[in-house]
Amino acid sequence: MNVVLDNFDLVAKAFGYTIALFLVSAVLSLVLGTILVAFRVGPISVLSKAAAVYVTVVRNTPLVIIFLFFQLGAGKVFDALRFSWVDIHIGQFDFTSFFTAGVVSLTLYTSCFVCEALRSGVNAVPLGQAEAARAIGLPFAGVMRQVVLPQAVRASVPPLASTFIALLKNTSVAGVFGVIEAAAQMKSFTNDYASERWGIFLAFAIGYIILVEIVSLVATVLERRWRIA
Amino acid sequence: MRFIRTKAVVAGLGLALSLAACGDAGDDTEGAEVEVQEDAASEFEDGTRMKELADSGTVKIGVKYDQPGLGFKDAASDIPSGFDVEMAKVLAADLGIAEDEVEWIETISDNREPFLEDGTVDLVLASYSITDERRQVVGQAGPYLVTGQQLLVKEDSDVESTDDLSGQEVCSVTGSTSLENVKAEGMKPVGFDTYSECVEKVLDGTVQAMSTDGTILAGYAAQNEGELKVVGEEFSEENIGVGYSQDYPEMCQWIVDTITEAYDDGTYEEAFNATLGPSGVEVPELPEMDACE
Repeated sequence: MNVVLDNFDLVAKAFGYTIALFLVSAVLSLVLGTILVAFRVGPISVLSKAAAVYVTVVRNTPLVIIFLFFQLGAGKVFDALRFSWVDIHIGQFDFTSFFTAGVVSLTLYTSCFVCEALRSGVNAVPLGQAEAARAIGLPFAGVMRQVVLPQAVRASVPPLASTFIALLKNTSVAGVFGVIEAAAQMKSFTNDYASERWGIFLAFAIGYIILVEIVSLVATVLERRWRIA
Repeated sequence: MRFIRTKAVVAGLGLALSLAACGDAGDDTEGAEVEVQEDAASEFEDGTRMKELADSGTVKIGVKYDQPGLGFKDAASDIPSGFDVEMAKVLAADLGIAEDEVEWIETISDNREPFLEDGTVDLVLASYSITDERRQVVGQAGPYLVTGQQLLVKEDSDVESTDDLSGQEVCSVTGSTSLENVKAEGMKPVGFDTYSECVEKVLDGTVQAMSTDGTILAGYAAQNEGELKVVGEEFSEENIGVGYSQDYPEMCQWIVDTITEAYDDGTYEEAFNATLGPSGVEVPELPEMDACE
């Protein structure tokens, strides 16, 4: 445990990267997932099929493969996909191509699950609601935005929470693709201080548990707030 | 409710990736001829681990599979090649075990101590730097090779030393001492799982350089001749040793004696020339090995 306490700045920075990966990917996959679900349940057959194909293909691909693709494959085909144009530095944190490729991989992967979680929420809204909204003259966007999605989001909070918890833990994959986040830092500690392996492992496990608990807590609060009395 | 059934074609994506992940396999270099000791078991005292291994007729040795020149195994060959592997053969031969009877096990930087502790491997020769922290959990005999960390850059790169890369991203492998040294030199470490992935990143220009032991880099430079080169002074000192389990402290002296013997009779030099020689590294003197407890 001493190693962890002595190098607490490194641990904090590593978890900082974990949190940054999580937050950026969470916001982006929420956006992309919402677009996907709108396509998926929308009236335009082409878009609906396209979204279904995307979800099926990407969801069925292991996350590591997606990471490998963006780290080692895509850049060879399209130069822009090397993400070497990303070069942002905030304080001690560097957000460069490795971070970006990580965010892109996590976002593309997680948005499928967000899409499906939201779709389960949409399915939970009785058909009559959408029909009533259409009957009062709302266009498709209005039906979605004002009637269906608010109810759908409420119903999809529990599955969304699971999805984001999975995302938080999935950020550890970035550890072997150039981002020194918590899992990579743990590896580096266990290698340098082999005798304290258990303490190091426990400390990082606790770190992840705390982060996951925070996500669950936010989900519980939202669930309570949006509950119909 | 309408269910859309879609046939996913993931195979195409996977295939593209597997192609991208493959590097060029190096030329097969024949290692030195190592004479296998006959009736080796009688050489050792009863109750020693060496006797047990010699009697059992096989030994499990952990080596790297992805470091050309040190420990490398391509899909086509059964036995890995490289200087570490040659040293492993020398040790095995002293136990009366031929190279095809050795059980070669891939170890990565991360799992060398756990593998030694739980007996997955009997010996580790995997560019294994001797450190005080590691000696607390495993035994390390040697060093049989001293190397230092250098930089591997593209052939047309202007980088000459670590100063040129101050504040820049430099690739190395997570869970190795290299990454810490990169940080200490003022460069920003970027960690990947294997060295070959770092080589890819240098080749495609995402990072300017990768850094680890010069001997490892020399192997990659030789493999990618005309594309990559090793530059800079050595900015760390890595003492490469043989890992063994602390349960069998008697192995230490045997390892030291066997390697010293191999140096004296020229096997060491032969092994070096066959493996690291082509990358232009001179055969070093055998470093003074640490005394065994």
